[in-house]
Amino acid sequence: MNGIDAAIPVAGESTLNRWTDERVASGRRWRNRLMAGFMGAALAVSVSVVGLILLYVVKAGLGAMSWEFLTQPPPYSYRLEGGGFVNGLIGTAIMLVFATVVSAPMGVMAAVYLAEYGGKGTLAKLIRFFSDVMTGVPSVFVGLFVYTALVTSFGFGASMGAIALTIIMLPIIIRSSEEMLRLVPRDLKDASHALGASKSQTIVRVVLPSAAPGISTGVMLAVARAAGETAPLILTILGAQAIVTKLWDEAIAALPLQIFDGARNPFAAGVERAWAGALELVVIVLAFTLLARLLASRSRI
Amino acid sequence: MLAGLLVLLFLAGMVFSTTRTALPIFREAGLSFFTSTDWQPTAGHYGALAFIYGTVVTSAIALVVGVPLSLGVALFLTEISPRRIRGPLTYLVDLLAMVPSVVYGLWGILFLLPHFLQPVAVFLNRYLGFIPFFRGPVSGLSYFGAGIVLAVMIIPIVSSLSREVFSAVPVEDRHAAYALGATRWEMIRGAVLSRGRAGVVGAVMLGMGRAFGETIAVALLIGSRPEVSVSFLQPGYSMAAVIANTFQEANGSGIAALVAIGVVLFVITIIVNMVARALVWRFVR
Repeated sequence: MNGIDAAIPVAGESTLNRWTDERVASGRRWRNRLMAGFMGAALAVSVSVVGLILLYVVKAGLGAMSWEFLTQPPPYSYRLEGGGFVNGLIGTAIMLVFATVVSAPMGVMAAVYLAEYGGKGTLAKLIRFFSDVMTGVPSVFVGLFVYTALVTSFGFGASMGAIALTIIMLPIIIRSSEEMLRLVPRDLKDASHALGASKSQTIVRVVLPSAAPGISTGVMLAVARAAGETAPLILTILGAQAIVTKLWDEAIAALPLQIFDGARNPFAAGVERAWAGALELVVIVLAFTLLARLLASRSRI
Repeated sequence: MLAGLLVLLFLAGMVFSTTRTALPIFREAGLSFFTSTDWQPTAGHYGALAFIYGTVVTSAIALVVGVPLSLGVALFLTEISPRRIRGPLTYLVDLLAMVPSVVYGLWGILFLLPHFLQPVAVFLNRYLGFIPFFRGPVSGLSYFGAGIVLAVMIIPIVSSLSREVFSAVPVEDRHAAYALGATRWEMIRGAVLSRGRAGVVGAVMLGMGRAFGETIAVALLIGSRPEVSVSFLQPGYSMAAVIANTFQEANGSGIAALVAIGVVLFVITIIVNMVARALVWRFVR
């Protein structure tokens, strides 16, 4: 995108445009300004919404945040004060680790296939198209799928939530990794081949290492997305009040799920905890996003 | 290396597994699933019309409000913004995509509702109450509230895709428009928007898919009343929201009925997404 972008003169700086501006009829000039004003206003609205969300989450969240919140499970009623979401944090962490361990290698392998082997073949096109489509599948439906296919036989639990998150992360990782692999310069691969390396040696020793920062960016963004997913977890892990570390067949808590429960029950203490949880979740998500940007800026290609 | 096949496998598995669970419901309810608003799964009444209606209405509100904003943002960033601030501004708008939907929901009911949505709803009702869409009584949790929050949520996806589409419009087209004496807006309308129309339609449809499937924020804001109201200011329900809100209390046929709603939702979003992807792909690649 940047290549094309750089070639477009920014209209505001163009002398051409200033020249026409002086000679056009005033109606047209006003319409021009009106639309520019509208675009600026649209941007201002969007940016201020971002600001309002972050500001309010930080403000309300900090008010409810405490050491107790970070280290204690919640009390047994939404009416009671005190306690925290540590059980949800543990649940979220367990599921994210498992989902990443499974989806990252699978996603990268699929991307290698698409970028290096599949090319313009029908199968590659099909996979690419449906990966894109799958990023648009409602996450609640992914939850329903895991529920009907697995939870009915194996029971609610962290592993089920992790599978749902894997399905959500996989297409994101496939598509972003493929883009990164495509950016690896032809010369680099040719040089490797010229030294007598086979195609698979080239991929493992040359292509993957040079695309690694970009790939990890995609993975981090997928993790950030999965960390905030709530809907599929309702259907796969159900939620719990106590600290659970069992992976199988026992309902477990997750941070977003606890925020959701706090938000839909009209008790002040529960809402307080929901705000603190929202702050915690936003910090986690933004940390992964920033990590992703950091990795991206380190990228050598 | 055929890990990619897994995606296709997952997709096929999704369709098969959920449809199998939902089939008895569709068979029993027949067409009344789409035409009745009587939703009592325990009593064998499976009328999902209120949910379908709610999904369509909230998404429509989201598009009407969100699309002009998104296009404005995209055009500002590609056509007007000085290059120096373009990067940071783009990053800020993309941050909207990183906010988890449960945080949107929480922020929506506790901040936006009392400070913005409620006053606006009262205003609309007072001055435009003669239009059935804005008829009272004003209820805080409503199609309107859910739609506005959805509008914010689709801004990042619609604007970032339209930005890609606009950037792909050849520079010669722009220069040609200027050479004909066009103002900047006339250039945008004549060269950028008309060349990018298919891509923009695709981007809007992807936003629509996102709005259809959004669950948590809508579940918190729509008011959870399984009825069809013409007025946007009344509470309602949506397909995704009813799944999230009632799953924990449902059992047996109730769960199967929710899965049936999920299947309908899936079929709609997948069609929207396939058409949208095809449109965007044709343009950007």
